[in-house]
Amino acid sequence: MKFTSLRLAAAVCVLAAACTEAGDTGADSDEPKDPIEPVVYEPDPYPSTYAPLTQETVAVTNATILDGVGGQIDGGTLVFSAGRITALGPDAAVPDGAAVIDAQGRWVTPGIIDVHSHLGVYPSPGLNAHSEGNEATSPVTAEVWAEHSVWPQDDGFNAARAGGVTTLTILPGSANLFGGRGVTLRNVPGRTVQDMKFPGAPYVLKMACGENPKRVYSNSGPSTRMANVAGYRAAWQKARDYKQKWDDYVEASGEGEEQDPPSRDFELDTLMGVLNGEIKVQMHCYRADDIGQVLDLMKEFDYQVSAFHHAVEAYKVADKLRDNGVCAAMWADWGGFKAEAYDSIRENIPMVHAAGACALIHSDDAFGVQRLNQEIAKALGDGNRAGLNISKADAWRWVSSNPAKAVGVDGETGSLEVGKRADVVIWSADPFSTYAVADRVYVDGAAVYDRADPALQAVSDFMLGQPAREAN
Amino acid sequence: MLRTITSTLVALAGLTAAGAQTVAVTGGRVVTNTNAGVIDGGTVVFTNGRITAVGPNVAVPSGARVIDAQGKWVTPGLFAPFTQLGMVEIALENSGNDSNAGESQFSVALNVADAFNPNSAHIPPARVEGVTRAGVYGGGSGDSMFGATGAVVDTTGRLDSITQRDAFVYAVYSNGGSRMSAMTWLDAAFADARAFPGRYQNGGQGDALNRLDAAALRPVVRGDVPLLIFANRASDLLDLIEFKRRNAPVDLIIAGADEAHLVADQLAAADIDVLVNPVDNLPGSLAGLAASFDSAQVLQDAGVRYAFLLSESDYFNVRLLTQDAGNAVTHGLAWDDAFRAISLSPAEMFDLDDRFGSLEPGKTADVVIWDGDPLEVLSSAETVFIDGVATDMTTRQSKLRDRYMNLPQPGDRPLAYIKP
Repeated sequence: MKFTSLRLAAAVCVLAAACTEAGDTGADSDEPKDPIEPVVYEPDPYPSTYAPLTQETVAVTNATILDGVGGQIDGGTLVFSAGRITALGPDAAVPDGAAVIDAQGRWVTPGIIDVHSHLGVYPSPGLNAHSEGNEATSPVTAEVWAEHSVWPQDDGFNAARAGGVTTLTILPGSANLFGGRGVTLRNVPGRTVQDMKFPGAPYVLKMACGENPKRVYSNSGPSTRMANVAGYRAAWQKARDYKQKWDDYVEASGEGEEQDPPSRDFELDTLMGVLNGEIKVQMHCYRADDIGQVLDLMKEFDYQVSAFHHAVEAYKVADKLRDNGVCAAMWADWGGFKAEAYDSIRENIPMVHAAGACALIHSDDAFGVQRLNQEIAKALGDGNRAGLNISKADAWRWVSSNPAKAVGVDGETGSLEVGKRADVVIWSADPFSTYAVADRVYVDGAAVYDRADPALQAVSDFMLGQPAREAN
Repeated sequence: MLRTITSTLVALAGLTAAGAQTVAVTGGRVVTNTNAGVIDGGTVVFTNGRITAVGPNVAVPSGARVIDAQGKWVTPGLFAPFTQLGMVEIALENSGNDSNAGESQFSVALNVADAFNPNSAHIPPARVEGVTRAGVYGGGSGDSMFGATGAVVDTTGRLDSITQRDAFVYAVYSNGGSRMSAMTWLDAAFADARAFPGRYQNGGQGDALNRLDAAALRPVVRGDVPLLIFANRASDLLDLIEFKRRNAPVDLIIAGADEAHLVADQLAAADIDVLVNPVDNLPGSLAGLAASFDSAQVLQDAGVRYAFLLSESDYFNVRLLTQDAGNAVTHGLAWDDAFRAISLSPAEMFDLDDRFGSLEPGKTADVVIWDGDPLEVLSSAETVFIDGVATDMTTRQSKLRDRYMNLPQPGDRPLAYIKP
């Protein structure tokens, strides 16, 4: 967001003023003027109204714990209180008054994070009236925000929660070069999307490579990959110019020069946020050579792509991803459905991981999101059969700490570490088994789902009173 | 070059010889899909493409090639009941997409066997994960409720891999923009087929079908070929039950069937088979609001014969049948029942269970050896026999994997020179 940078700039002005204050005695035109407070737009106009559900002090004992950052503790204890993890280890003390859950034979992990979801924007049922994912009217729509389309009554949120998903990033679709902003949510029921917004999570920008934009705009353009890249460059150059105007304006204000602020452009606000490092780019790209183009593009315009999404050919350029610090958000085995997905292989995720790059799973699907533990199990099995020696503890990074990093919430969640948000899943068994299910799910230390307790199984407004449908 | 050709010929000769060879798979956990159930430490013997013995104490014939399957699972090959394997290479490319014939004037008269491509790169990935037979469908033209006449194929990639032409006729219960029109049209189409050829003589026309389609539908009207029709809403299923009653002896398979569990008893009484996706627990549309993980269990309890339908990836990820079936187990179905729904039950629906879907003497030797429980996501098939022949376990995907497993270092030759 640009707004934060304006605040920073203002802070610099204040310091500069402080530096000159002592000498600021005369009206000589050579003397520095008093800084003027620049116009700052509301930095968070659709603020989160999320409030955790009832938080408990809980000690989960005798569990096999995967911490999401490569560690496994057998027979361990996890303690959380007031929404945060307070202790973890083979001998962690159980605090007085804690609710003790004996997880003998069961596994405990960080909650699953899906950074590529269209829940709420392509909800269930798939009504025409609720098809909200692609603003396919122009190839550059950086001004639209997915959160303004999210329908909180999509029952897919509830189904995903039963699958252990505690954090979701809802993205616009991939019809456009610049699809718009995505939003990161706590997976709790809400009456408005604001009730679900992850407090403090950075915005993300969805962009797309390859076939989709050039197919959707084949008549008006872009109709080729080269025009895709031309479209990115034109937009980034506009964003640079816009940023320069705002930087100049803030600097002038700091020097006491009265100026009108640049006229506001919501499309360029988003792109400037990327250039300022505040909005994380999520780049839909399948082919290795498309990835190569974007790695150069981001250097040309001095921004960072956070993650390539789908990235079915990431395995071909895993070294470049590693060297450029870009994650790849992938499917376990989805592919083959179009030309740019033809070279998908089942070992994509483990091969990217083994090359030392940041590998993660994503669903892009209301059904797949319910079983991301199985998806990483498939990837792990395929990788290890191909000779990669990856542990389950390392593989859990693919659904937790690496996706957290890709959307910029890794300081808050994605691992079981003291101080992190208590986003926790207790699994009935080893979650790398088809037969394991989430017994209980916590978001911020509050139980939000329990397989055995209907009182902890949410149902959307839409599904209430519909034909008989069992709640498991 | 000569050497390459020679070695290929030798390899082919080896495959042919293996078909005639006697193979004994010993000591595995054998899932028979028969009254013998699951046999721990069982042996499966086959020769000339046919199973000759299955059991706990089967003698290994002298001269048999013995495969030690201790610690492994041995099952019948998987049977995907409804896919477009071999009909689509890349969906958005006309040159590689025969999924439907939207511009054709024909529907039932179209035949999947005329379009099926055994060389599709999507077939080996299905085969190496244990899928040995598949029901393949094709869509028809815009005006007709019917698609093409479908086929059952094997996954060998042989040019002659059509197992059964005219295995079923595909339809979607939708026509004219309303359910009212759908049933009227379906009745009219059956009446046309019944009245063929008389109605079409002397320049006569059918009410719903042209001459070729009416002729092609006659085996369905006679009940010789099943009609596989997509419908989801409970009331639609009841309408189709009634349709079957008044059109006896038609053989119906209802697919999709999101709300089948709401009318399970009626489906059982009408002896209608059902294809369901066991992980479809969210409503795709207003026609399937009751979609539920419980569906398969309810159908099982009611005595309905069901098989598992893949959700959407029906030409490229056919191998995910095992994960889907495993999830049916996760949500309450007995393991044996879930496995039958991806092996024997489809064979029964297409009246091919005398040849496929179980391990018993006389059946075709479609046999898979797995490194563990096939419904577990961590498991994988190790050896896949089709017609008694061990098949190639490499795929285009595995070649790409092997090419890129070690990325080039500075000075290395480009990977294009590595040809796994």
